Amino acid sequence: MSAAHPPKPPASPSLLAIALCAIAWLGCGQAMAYSVYVSNERDNTISVIDGDTLEVVRTLEVGERPRGIVLSADNTRLYVCTSDDDHVETVDLASGEVLHTLPSGPDPELMALGANGERLYIANEDDNMVTVVDVNSREKVIEIPVGIEPEGIGLSPDGSLLVNTSETTNMAHFIDTETLEIVANVVVDTRPRVAQFTPDGGQVWVSSEIGGTVAVIDAQTHEILHTIAFEVPGLRPESIQPVGVAIADDGSDKVYVALGPSARVAVIDANSFEVEDYLLVGPRVWNLAFSPDRDRLFTTNGVSGDVSVIDLDAQRVIKSVKVGRLPWGVVVAP
Amino acid sequence: MHDRPTRGVPSWRVHGTVASALGARLGGALLAGWLIGLGVLPPATGWAADPVQVSIARVSRAESPPEPLSFLDRPVEDDGAAGAELGLQDNRTTGAFLGHDYAYENVVVATDQDLAERVSALVAGGSRFLLLDLDAADLAIAGQAMDEVAGDAAGGALGFNVRDQSDALRNQDCRANLLHVVPSRAMRADALAQYLSWKRWDEVALVTGRHPSDAAFAAALERAITRFGLEVVDRADWTREPGARRTDSGHHTAQSEIPVFTRFDDHDVLLVADELDEFGEYLSYRSERPRPVAGSQGLVPTAWSRTHEQWGATQIQRRFEKLAERTMTPRDQAAWLAMRSIGEAVTRLQASRAEAVREFLLGPDFTLAGFKGVPLTYRDWNGQLRQPILLSAPRMLVSVSPQDGFLHRTSELDTLGYDRPESACEAFQ
Repeated sequence: MSAAHPPKPPASPSLLAIALCAIAWLGCGQAMAYSVYVSNERDNTISVIDGDTLEVVRTLEVGERPRGIVLSADNTRLYVCTSDDDHVETVDLASGEVLHTLPSGPDPELMALGANGERLYIANEDDNMVTVVDVNSREKVIEIPVGIEPEGIGLSPDGSLLVNTSETTNMAHFIDTETLEIVANVVVDTRPRVAQFTPDGGQVWVSSEIGGTVAVIDAQTHEILHTIAFEVPGLRPESIQPVGVAIADDGSDKVYVALGPSARVAVIDANSFEVEDYLLVGPRVWNLAFSPDRDRLFTTNGVSGDVSVIDLDAQRVIKSVKVGRLPWGVVVAP
Repeated sequence: MHDRPTRGVPSWRVHGTVASALGARLGGALLAGWLIGLGVLPPATGWAADPVQVSIARVSRAESPPEPLSFLDRPVEDDGAAGAELGLQDNRTTGAFLGHDYAYENVVVATDQDLAERVSALVAGGSRFLLLDLDAADLAIAGQAMDEVAGDAAGGALGFNVRDQSDALRNQDCRANLLHVVPSRAMRADALAQYLSWKRWDEVALVTGRHPSDAAFAAALERAITRFGLEVVDRADWTREPGARRTDSGHHTAQSEIPVFTRFDDHDVLLVADELDEFGEYLSYRSERPRPVAGSQGLVPTAWSRTHEQWGATQIQRRFEKLAERTMTPRDQAAWLAMRSIGEAVTRLQASRAEAVREFLLGPDFTLAGFKGVPLTYRDWNGQLRQPILLSAPRMLVSVSPQDGFLHRTSELDTLGYDRPESACEAFQ
């Protein structure tokens, strides 16, 4: 992969921010203080990026092949799918130590934390199951049989509905989190990956890596409202492989989709479903996370081994932060 | 390919109210089917009133598995059949959510049995999708029989070549009712030549075995070498009958024979065409010059290998090993891809007429996820599945072709094998 990397940006945006914060110390100081956690699939580590300096400040050792990561409800712990160890590790963020493991079922890949913070919904890529784990008792609540190679897990804002994608069955399975039963199965394009609900819970956006599209599904009727296709001039269609989906909840009505090997993040109007722009990041861009005040988006670029920081007001990449090898998942803790 | 310890088969772990009532050991597909049957799982939206019936048969000839030259490789009894079985399970899991029913029959035709008769009976009996694990001569017989019967059958019948690599079958001998899932020899040879070109290993010596299949692979290698600007500086034919595999002090023979046999003009790589694995393995470390071996042994261009775990391939390797208690071969993978091609088309079409499936598979809306990093599609000029080719050493994946820099105006995958303008196939026009 030879996609050019964005030039190192000048340090001015963060310097300016620091200067502004110095003027209004109390208000900004809090808004600025956040950490970005990145799982490095190859290195078996979690890189911790300081949201202020945009530098890696800590590297935590975890188990084999860390992929999906999720914060605890109080942001003090990180749940890490250590896929090749066939469990989920609970990492204490203050000490950086692995406190204990959770029984996830084999090859856990992506997960979501239930609305009250007690249940983890985990996709077991190897076992055609979604495993529900109680994080306090550390026991499995149930395994829900789904399609072949479960991958993405999306939870509705009120926690009542779970959407799981299965990569080889090519479906989005809608699961009622009360009854833990499947209520609908929607066929989407080839190899679905990430499922994300809109902030109002009305829609689920599902990316299809090999199909090269994103399906917008009505969460109530389960109809596909729209299928978004991508086209980057000069790039072959096969290199455009949608994976990560980040839906803004700040009223900007923007959705960002990571396009894998094409090294681009698509910027989409959430209402018209039009693709407005393609931002150049690093190759094999996989997952996305917003900063707490929604002014930045962080992307994991697997092949280039870095995280791109996108300034959402300017809609441009302002920095690439080198992390470990094959960065995969990303979350942000205020 | 390699003797690696097979993973143990873990018990099928089932917890919770829904699943435990049904007990363990049911396959996922079966379970999903049960759950729908019991009204626990709702079908997907758009479930047709009449369930879609899909009837698939796999046809192969009775044969004893070839004895590999290396003691590390074990003969594989159910080569191809296990891949079909996994693809069937995957289709049935999807089908269970959609109300699509997949029937399957694995037919082994004895050497003295009439293949045409069996194929005709299968198609007449309703099997409209045939996975043909046959050589080129048998594929011609099966294809002819399918044409004759399917003329009367509504929707026709569609065959998938999951075994034979002949380039002629994709060119002048192509058949409209036969799609080719396995890559042709030309595709594999091009994949290797692109890598040699990328390495600037421009000069090769070529050793060809005594069988027609070896000559065919050597011809494909010669074509690829020319196509990518490389040069064959020397050639030799290996004509010896294979001796006993197990002999005391057998290494002395190879150690003295091979250096004499490989006194070639200087070259960068020693290419070998020995598809039946009779002698190629002897070349490495024994050739006169210290040169890497590639082709049918050494660095092998192949559709599938256990060394491959990229792009999610880990999942299918593991699922296969759970099912078959051995590693997945290229023949298994071809059968799986054929099954999944049928499954994908039926899922999207909500219908199972063979002619509609054929049209969909050859059309622009079909993409198959085959764990190769890009969508797999069929060439509409000869029915060949486009696919990246792995370049695998015995214990490690080395590269995947097409290589960077080999450009094509529609798909870089079409830099492998006979491209549209070169094709002599007329049955698809």
